[in-house]
Amino acid sequence: MPDEDPWELQFEESPAPPRGIASDIARPGDITRRGLIGAGLGVAASAVPTGRAFSAAETESDSNLPPAVPQWQKQPGGPVMTPPYGLPSPHEAKVIRRPRAGAPPPTNLASFSLTPLQDLRGIVTPNGLHYERHHAGVPDIDPEQHRLIVHGLVDRPMIFTMDDLTRFPSVSRLHFLECSGNSSPNWSAPKPEHTAQDLHGLLSCAEWTGVPLATVLAEAGVRPEAKWMLAEGADAAAMTRSIPIEKALDDAILAYGQNGERLRPEQGYPLRLFLPGYEGNASVKWLRRLKLGAAPFETREETSKYTMVMPDHTVRQFNFVMEAKSVITFPSSGQRLSEPGFCEISGLAWSGVGKVQRVEVSTDGGASWRDAALQEPVLTKCLTRFRLPWRWDGAGAVLASRVTDDSGYVQPSREALLKLRDVRSYYHNNAIQSWRVASSGAVTNAG
Amino acid sequence: MRVRVPHTRVIPAKAGIQAWPRVRRPWIPACAGMTSVRMSWLTGIVFCASLAALLGDVAACRAGESYGIGRAATPGEIAGWNIDVSPDGAGLPPGHGGVDAGRAIFEEKCSACHGAHGEGKPMDRLVGGFGTVFDVKSERTVGSFWPYATTLFDFVRRAMPFDAPQSLTPDQVYAVCAYVLYLNKLVPPDAVLDAQRLPKIEMPNRAHFVSAYPPQVRSPAP
Repeated sequence: MPDEDPWELQFEESPAPPRGIASDIARPGDITRRGLIGAGLGVAASAVPTGRAFSAAETESDSNLPPAVPQWQKQPGGPVMTPPYGLPSPHEAKVIRRPRAGAPPPTNLASFSLTPLQDLRGIVTPNGLHYERHHAGVPDIDPEQHRLIVHGLVDRPMIFTMDDLTRFPSVSRLHFLECSGNSSPNWSAPKPEHTAQDLHGLLSCAEWTGVPLATVLAEAGVRPEAKWMLAEGADAAAMTRSIPIEKALDDAILAYGQNGERLRPEQGYPLRLFLPGYEGNASVKWLRRLKLGAAPFETREETSKYTMVMPDHTVRQFNFVMEAKSVITFPSSGQRLSEPGFCEISGLAWSGVGKVQRVEVSTDGGASWRDAALQEPVLTKCLTRFRLPWRWDGAGAVLASRVTDDSGYVQPSREALLKLRDVRSYYHNNAIQSWRVASSGAVTNAG
Repeated sequence: MRVRVPHTRVIPAKAGIQAWPRVRRPWIPACAGMTSVRMSWLTGIVFCASLAALLGDVAACRAGESYGIGRAATPGEIAGWNIDVSPDGAGLPPGHGGVDAGRAIFEEKCSACHGAHGEGKPMDRLVGGFGTVFDVKSERTVGSFWPYATTLFDFVRRAMPFDAPQSLTPDQVYAVCAYVLYLNKLVPPDAVLDAQRLPKIEMPNRAHFVSAYPPQVRSPAP
């Protein structure tokens, strides 16, 4: 009977205190834990007549520890559907998207926010934590009035409703999405306070559902002379990129689903292009138009932006593929090892070319490397979780990870990357990331 | 015009071989029809034939021939959204605009973000920076960096002014382009731009642009 009583299911898993770590990277503007505990329980209490709000002192006192019976076990918890669309525990209020520390943008409309990689488990990014990059804000689009036009070098210019697009045979695939500007602070001298979120948080991973783009293009009939495809958004920037026809006909998806639900507005609701392994901005959100052409369209986002100034005095366009990269997310900058002893090093590796084949981890600043275990499933153009058991002896250490993908490509060191390119290229920094562990247990960015 | 296959063609449950239509889809009614056929020797043949038709139908769909979903876009629908402009000038609308008209529009609609003379702050600098593109502290402006003048028209028309995109008339967009290019000393003060003149403007940094697609060389391993 208790198993069927929804009230008994509330708080059946109390938030476990972090073991072995203390993560404290809240910033001004974050909602404080104490404030949210009070607010959250206040809501629950008001919805449950028999309930009683616990004071912060009560919930944090020893009275909830064995042998005492915890306060939250002495009365029913909150009812079902509080709220109807569930939210994380208020105790997880620090796990949020943030701007980059110390770099306030001039506008919140043409801007970005970063995924808290250091706080996530597994490989899937919860939809509310998917990084953002918008060029003129997030439009509020009525799906009933959204249309996709396919025209240009096609036999039959076509227009599709959302109902049309969801009628096509669909696919669901897990892929990472990474902004080409991710990790760009690593071109410069490392700022010790920068976290994994600050440095690499323009990275997320989701199960994307939609119709293969090739299927829809076949309805319009792509002409042989079509070599490029313009993708255009329905946002206020009418964001546009030119996509090679080979990619469009390969693994591109017209996505309307994200982790089981419709796309979030920030991710292009109701329809986005999704190009596995390509720099994020090419996966145009709020997609309204595809135009087939014989040559690139030379839009602002592939000339003025998202091009790389090279040491040989060229400006490289169409640097689509996100090369192999990895980052340790625990322990990482901003976290703290509480005491010497066992510590599972864990992180994420990915490649825009294919699958992660191998991840090596160093605990001595790159002097020696050990193979990490790869968590299944290891999928193409998808985040792969790696882990390595480690025993911290309490001395200073420098942790780093290095990925090899199934093409044989090895993630370069910062020095190797700087021989090829420099800060002028800005985009596509996939150098090895190092974290410094002090004898105090504090972890900082070592570049 | 494309040939459309009807969506809801009903296939008779007792259709014989002769009557079996060569219809690619929908295959679900075909399936439903099969289930009601008794398995005599004749219907066995029908079953096999229909199974083959079913498999062939799936293969045809996988080859992406046609699902009959969506409809033809009308020229009017396309024209309203077809706003991109290519380096050869394709997509440029009729109309024209000059530097003086552009200055007035710029001061009213653009200068709050880009500065009175395109010097930038809070948003992108548009003017100057010549010769700095390959410096570590480069100034990448329309004049110093952008490879095509047509991209300026394309971007202003689709995305500017930031608080009212796609609100400028073609004449106004030509005028703003003329003014920004004039500030960069790329056109004379009496310049008037239109669909013929704009694509002919030579941008100083054009020759430095190279395409990395298709990728030729991957970064070497450390």
